[in-house]
This record gives sequence, C-alpha cells and structure tokens, in this order.
Amino acid sequence: MNKSGLTQQEALFEYCLRIGDTSLILGQRISEWCGHAPILEEDIAMSNISLDLIGQSRIILTYAGTVEGKGRSEDELAYHRDARQYRNLLMVEQPNGDFGVTMAKQYLVSVYNFHLYEMLSKSKDAAVAAFAAKSLKEVAYHLRHSSDWVLRLGDGTEESHRRIQEAMNDLWYFVDDMFQSDAIDDMLLKAGIAADLSEVKKKWEQMVHATLDKAKLVLPVANNSLRMGSRDGNHTEHLGYILAEMQFLPRAYPDAKW
Amino acid sequence: MNTGTAHIRQLLSNVLDPEVPALTIEDLGILRDIQTTSDGFEIFITPTFTGCPAMKVIEEDIEEVLRAEGITNFKITTILAPAWTTDWMTESGKQKLKEYGIAPPSWSTEQHLKAMLSGKKEQVHCPFCDSSNTRLTSAFGSTACKALHYCDNCHQPFEEFKCH
Repeated sequence: MNKSGLTQQEALFEYCLRIGDTSLILGQRISEWCGHAPILEEDIAMSNISLDLIGQSRIILTYAGTVEGKGRSEDELAYHRDARQYRNLLMVEQPNGDFGVTMAKQYLVSVYNFHLYEMLSKSKDAAVAAFAAKSLKEVAYHLRHSSDWVLRLGDGTEESHRRIQEAMNDLWYFVDDMFQSDAIDDMLLKAGIAADLSEVKKKWEQMVHATLDKAKLVLPVANNSLRMGSRDGNHTEHLGYILAEMQFLPRAYPDAKW
Repeated sequence: MNTGTAHIRQLLSNVLDPEVPALTIEDLGILRDIQTTSDGFEIFITPTFTGCPAMKVIEEDIEEVLRAEGITNFKITTILAPAWTTDWMTESGKQKLKEYGIAPPSWSTEQHLKAMLSGKKEQVHCPFCDSSNTRLTSAFGSTACKALHYCDNCHQPFEEFKCH
C-alpha cells in the first residue's frame, strides 16, 4: 500500500481498523479462557474484559465502515477480512500460554490502550474522541486488574515469579511493533485526529517500568527489529488460527442470523 | 420540554433495566434525552458499558411501551458522548439499588479514576448491614456494571454497582 498517497478519509479508515482489530483479537483471545480459568472469579473477570473489548471493537469498526463509505458493517469487517487485511498489534494475537502470559499480555496492552485512549479522547474527530472517552473507563479496570496480577505473580512464589518473568521476556519481542508509526499516523497526527505514538511510548515505559520494578521483575531486553509489521498486515502465524475459529460460522453459513 | 415529550418521558418511566430490574433506564441515566422532530420524537439512549448486551432489549422495551400506547412516530438513537457515568444515577435510584441488595456506587467518577491510578480502593458499605468492614473479591461480576464484595461484619457476599 502506498500510504503517502492516501486521502485523509482512507487513512482514518486504516487507523480505526488498527484500534478495532486490536480490541477484537485481544477480546477473542481472552474469551478462550471462558470455562478454563484457575478460579471462578477470574473466569468471570476475563469474560467481562473480553466483553468490554469486543464492545469497543464493535463501535470503532462500525465507524470504520462509515468512514470507508462502501457500506461495510462491523460484521463484514470482522468476519470477511483475511489475516493480511487485519491491522491488530502482533502482541494481542500471541497465544494465551499460562495464566501469567495472559495477564502479562493484558497488562502491557492495557497500559498502551489507557494512554492511547486518554490522548484520543481529545481527538478532533468527534466519533474517535467519543469512542476513546468511553473505552478509557473500561480500560482503567482492565489495567488495575492486570497490574494487580503482575505484582502478585512477580512478587509471589518462586514458581509464579519465574513464569511471569518468562512471559514478559517472550512478549517483549512484540513491544516495538506497538509503537511503530507510519505515514498514516503522521497525516492524522497533523490533522489533530491521531495520538502521538512517541508520547504514548514515553508514558507506557514510565508506567510499565515502575510496575515491573515493584513486582521485582527484571526489565527484559529484546532485539525486536524483525517482529514488526502489524500496520501492514504482516502477522505472526497465530492470527490465521484465531480467524479460522472466529470466522467459521459466518463464512460457512453466509446468511446466518442470530 | 413540551407536553409531547413530557408524555413520552412519563411512559418511559416504567421501562426497567433488564439486568438490574430495580432501576428504570432513567434512574440509571441510560435515557439521555427526548426531542421532538418534524415527524415525531427522537429518543436518545446511551450504553453503560460498550459491550452491554442489554442495549438491544432496552430498545425493544421502549418500542413496546410506546407502541402499546399507539405511538409509532419515534426513532431511537444510541449516542456515546458524553460517556455514561454513574454520577448520573439519581438519588432515588441509589436508594432503590440498596434496597434491592446491591451497593450503590460510593464515589464520584473523578474520585474513582484518581484512586484507580494510585491503587487505592474505595470503601464500600454493605447494603445489608451498612458496615464498611468489607473487601473487594473481584472487580468483575455477573454483569459488566457490577463488582463482587464480601462483608466481614455480617458475612454476606454482595454486589456493588461499580463507579464508572
């Protein structure tokens, strides 16, 4: 895609997909825990977080369809695009692993979304601002929940500490991808619509470093240069499996209605 | 407000929230506005949480109440801004919640957001015995808008309508 040749409308469509796909895929991922969590309260918590994320993705994907102007609904965008057309962060498509991996991932993305949405709530695009202000309140709960677990596992038993440290180390390969900005970000930032990802990064680092320190975890070091590309639809192998499950029904039975 | 919208508002004062049927959609602040349009009425509602599965049912309930009165010239519009907050919950709504056995939100949204970031947790009073000797079991409960607590005074688990 030649991003520098995009109109502002086309850029905004892409930008909404990035936000909406990230929420949708993370929501779908966490929903895999439904019925499998270590304790009932956690099962309920993860289903709730999943519901929030899917609710958020519905709003912004509906808006993406409006911006695009080709009559595509939220369902068409969610169920009838292939992996290469998805724009979610690589981080959220990674497998759930154990509970530590799931919570570490939830925490890293919640901090990201918290600061991103805080900035987007001041966006000059009224629909983006309304979406962000609304979602921010929900993300604050996700953030508190996952950071409680990072502290508890990190500063817990030898086994829990080892597992969440390994989870952070593995997930760190996907951190750079979260902050990679391109011509679309630049264009929309100038228009006062998008958030400045370098600012999001500063706030993200500040919060995450403080939490890891408090949780007695070591800040991971990773060479991330090869693990990027979500904004161009270059995903890890995991996304295809998620989509296969998520999209099966509406693709197999195209006219199926609830 | 003219007599037309006042009449609609009166009719809608009977529409209950499907998940917390102790409260009306007005008590909860879900019903935002009623306006007259060139050919009827426009009713504005807003979701509590983005993924709230009750929105569709609420729309259907509004339709049912109005159609039962022979009113068909209306349109229901969902709005997102300003974002719904528990600050909009009416005092009578809070009282009804408590009587229903759910602790009402104890803080304003502003206090709550500050506390979220500082890690401080709100002091929630047990709806059964009023004790503040309670603890949070989980910030996520049976519906998106509720948290689970336990009262160490009367030893009852209870739900709280969480600050938002």
